Amino acid sequence: MRNILKSTVALLSVLVAFTSCDTASKSNSGALSSSAAEKVYVAPGEHDEFYAFISGGFSGQLSVYGLPSGRLFKVIPVFSLDAEKAYGYNEETKPMLNTSHGFVPWDDSHHPDISQTNGEIDGRWVFINGNNTPRIAKIDLSTFETTEIIEVPNSAGNHSSSFVTENSEYVVAGTRFSIPIPQKDMPIKDYKSNFKGALSFISIDPKHGHMDIKFQLIMPGFDYDLSHPGRGKSHGWFFFTTYNTEEASTLLEVNASQNDKDFIAAVNWKKIEDYVNNGGGTMMPANYAHNVYDEATHSATSTMKKEVRVVNPLDVPGAVYFLPTPKSPHGCDVDPSGEYIVGNGKLSANLTVHSFTKMLAAIENNKVAGDAYGIPILNFEDVLAGVVEQPGLGPLHTEFDGKGNAYTTFFISSEVVKWKLGTWEVVDRQPCFYSVGHLMIPGGNSQKPFGKYVLAMNKITKDRYLPTGPEVTQSAQLYDISGEKMELLLDFPTVGEPHYAAGCPADLIKPRSKKLFKLEDNKHPYATLNEADTKVVRDGKTVHIYMTTIRSHFAPDNIEGVKVGDKVYFHITNLEQDYDVPHGVSIIGANTSELLIMPGQTETFLWEPKQIGVWPFYCTDFCSALHQEMQGYVRVSPANSNTPLKWSLGEDIE
Amino acid sequence: MKTLKQTVLTLLCIIAFTACKNENKEIPTSSKPEQVTPATEKTGQAFIKDDEGKPTVLHIAIDSKDHTTLVAAVQAASLENALVNAGPLMVFAPTNEAFASLPEGTVENLLKPENKDALANILKYHVTPGNYSKDFLKKFKKLGQANNGYVKVEVVDGEPLIGGAKIIASIPAGNGIVHVIDKVLLPTE
Repeated sequence: MRNILKSTVALLSVLVAFTSCDTASKSNSGALSSSAAEKVYVAPGEHDEFYAFISGGFSGQLSVYGLPSGRLFKVIPVFSLDAEKAYGYNEETKPMLNTSHGFVPWDDSHHPDISQTNGEIDGRWVFINGNNTPRIAKIDLSTFETTEIIEVPNSAGNHSSSFVTENSEYVVAGTRFSIPIPQKDMPIKDYKSNFKGALSFISIDPKHGHMDIKFQLIMPGFDYDLSHPGRGKSHGWFFFTTYNTEEASTLLEVNASQNDKDFIAAVNWKKIEDYVNNGGGTMMPANYAHNVYDEATHSATSTMKKEVRVVNPLDVPGAVYFLPTPKSPHGCDVDPSGEYIVGNGKLSANLTVHSFTKMLAAIENNKVAGDAYGIPILNFEDVLAGVVEQPGLGPLHTEFDGKGNAYTTFFISSEVVKWKLGTWEVVDRQPCFYSVGHLMIPGGNSQKPFGKYVLAMNKITKDRYLPTGPEVTQSAQLYDISGEKMELLLDFPTVGEPHYAAGCPADLIKPRSKKLFKLEDNKHPYATLNEADTKVVRDGKTVHIYMTTIRSHFAPDNIEGVKVGDKVYFHITNLEQDYDVPHGVSIIGANTSELLIMPGQTETFLWEPKQIGVWPFYCTDFCSALHQEMQGYVRVSPANSNTPLKWSLGEDIE
Repeated sequence: MKTLKQTVLTLLCIIAFTACKNENKEIPTSSKPEQVTPATEKTGQAFIKDDEGKPTVLHIAIDSKDHTTLVAAVQAASLENALVNAGPLMVFAPTNEAFASLPEGTVENLLKPENKDALANILKYHVTPGNYSKDFLKKFKKLGQANNGYVKVEVVDGEPLIGGAKIIASIPAGNGIVHVIDKVLLPTE
C-alpha cells in the first residue's frame, strides 16, 4: 500500500515536473519553440523584404534596417555631424547644417515619412523633421544621402512633422511649442493669447523634391503634438493633435492636464491653398536657411530666405475646425480609407475615433459648440465615430494593416493592442519590452499598408540585452501580424531613440539605388577628372591641391612648398568607376574628419598646418590589395621660407 | 585542327558565360547545355551583374574577340574571381595570335586539367598588383608579378617592353588596366 502510494506520488510528481517543464520551455524559449526564428531568418546573401527607416531621435540621424531580419544597413547623417562620412566636416556638406542660428551640428530627428503618389508609398524620398532647431530634411532614396534641409521659421520644437500628403503635394511641419510670432522680448507670464503656434505647409517639387514653404497657418498658442494627412475621401485635409489648450507656460505636467478635452485641429489645406494662390495671406519678414545639395557638383549651398507667407485662419472661413478630443492626445492617425481619425489621448483610458463623414455633416449643418480664438469648435458627440473602451493605459500611436484592423501602442501598460475599426473591439494584445512609444507598419501613412509586420519601438530596454553600463540602447520589436493573433518574432537594438519609422517594400527602392557617380557628370568646381590634370595652386596664403585617387595611389603623392599658416584645401576626386570602391583620406593634425569619397565624387577638406616638417597622409578606407601603400607626404616649410611649390608622383622608382 | 580546337574552346567559353548570365536572371532555361560548370563554382564577385560600373579586367578580356584563348585559359585555371577583385590589377593580355605563335601543342597541353597549376602560374605571371599607364611603366625596371616572379621592363625606342613584349593597346578597367601585348610571357624559373 505504502509502495503504491509512494509510486503514485512519484508518478504524479514526475508528471507535474514534466508538464511544468513543458510550459516553462514554451513560455521561455519564445522564438525557438515556434517558427519565429525561421520567419526572421534571411539567409546569407539573401535580401530582406522591407526597408525600415527608423528615426535616430537624439542622435539626429536616420537609420536604415532590413525587415524581417532587423539588420542595420546604414546610418544616414541628417542633422548631426558624422565623421564616418565626413558629413558636416567636409567643405561640401558644411552648408547643410547652416541655420539662422549659425552652424548647428546636431538635432533631434523624429518622424520619417516616405513620399507618395496616388496615396501609395513611391519610395523616392524620405522626409524627417529636426525637432530642436526646427528643420525638415529630404533624403534621396537613390543615393541614401540628405539632399535638402529647410529651416522652419516661427516654429519651436518642430514635432507635429514631417508627414506627407497623398501625392506628396506637401510635407507638413507643426510647432510643438508656441512662441511670440514674430519673436520678441516679453515676459513669459504673458504667454496666454500672445503666443502663437505655426503650422507650416511645405510644398514639394514633384520632379526634384525641392521644398519651399508655401504658407504658415498662425494658430492659437497651444502645443501641436502630432499630425497626419487625410487620404482618399479626406484628401485635402490635415489633422493635428493639440495639448496645453490651457496655454500654460509652467509646470505643464499639471497645468496642461486641466481640461477634460483638448482638440484635434482639422485643417482644410486645399481651401487655404486656393486662398493663397489667389494672393491671400501676408508676406512676413523672416530669416531661415534653405540648404540644397547638388548631386552634379557634389556640393551644398545655403541660402537665407527673408520672408514667409503667413495666413490667419480667421481670414479663411471654413478652413479650420477644432474636434474636441480627450486628455492631451499624442498620435493623430488616419486610417487607410481616410474616414477615421484616431486621437490617442495619453491620459485617457479610452481611445477616441472621429469620423470624417460626421465632421463634414456637422460643418454642413453648422453645428458649432463654441470657438477658441474665433476658430469654431464642433460638438464631440457630432464628430465621434466610436470609442475603444479601456484598451490599455497611455495610448500613444496607432497604425493600420489595411485589413480593417488598427494597432495602438500603450506606453504605461507597455503593450501593442489590436482592435477592429468600426466595431471598436479589442482583438489581441501583446506585451512590449518595455514601455513602447511608436510603432510602424510598412506603408502605414498611406492608403495601402503592407500589413505583414508591425515594428514596436520601445523607450526602455533594461535587461533585454547584455548590459552596456548605465546607457543601454533602445530596443525595437518585430511582430508578425499576418494572423488573427500577433506573434513576437524578434528584438533588435536601434540607434539613438527612435520616435517613429517608415517602411516600404524593398523592391520600390532597390532597383533605383545608385552604384556610383559618373565622372563625366562631375561638375564640382575643383574636380580633377584625370591624373594629368592634378596640380597644386597657391593663391596668397591659400593652397588648393587638385588631387585624384585610384587603386592604389594618390596623385600627386609628394607635395612641397606648403608653409606654416597656410590654408590648404585638399580637393580630392575619386577616379574609380567601380561599385563599392570609395577611397578615404586624412592628414596628420587635420582639425576635421576624414573624407570618404565615392567613385566619381569630389570632396574637400581643409588642413591648416601649424608645424614645420614632412607630414604623411593616407587612404583611410581599405580599398585594395595595395591599400597600405596608398600614402603620401606634404613638406611644410616655415612661413617665411622660399621652398618652391612642387608636386609629383612616382619620380624615383627603384 | 588547331582552329577547330580554338573554335570549340571559344564556344565553350561563350556557353559558360551565357550560362552565368542566365543564372543572374534567376530563371534557368531548360535548354541549358549539360556541360556548364557546376553552380558552386559560379559564385563570387565575378558573377555579380553590374551594368553601371566600368568593366573589370576580366570583362574587358571576355568582350574582346582577340582574347578568346586567354579567357579560356583563365576559366580553365578558375581565376575569374581573382580578376574582378578590388585589385588594383594590371593585366598583360596576350592576343590569340600571341598564343598561336607558341610551339605547337603548348596551349592544348596547358589546358589539360592535370596542368591547372602550371597554367595558373603562367597566367599569374601576366598580372601585376597595380595600375599604371603605358607611359608610366617606363619608370620601372621590373614588375613584381602575382606568381611571385619578376618581369623585366626595358625601354626601347621610347616604348616600354614588358618581358620583351610590346604593348599594342591599353584599356583602363574598373579595377585596374589591361595592356594588350604581342607575346606570351613565360616565367623564368
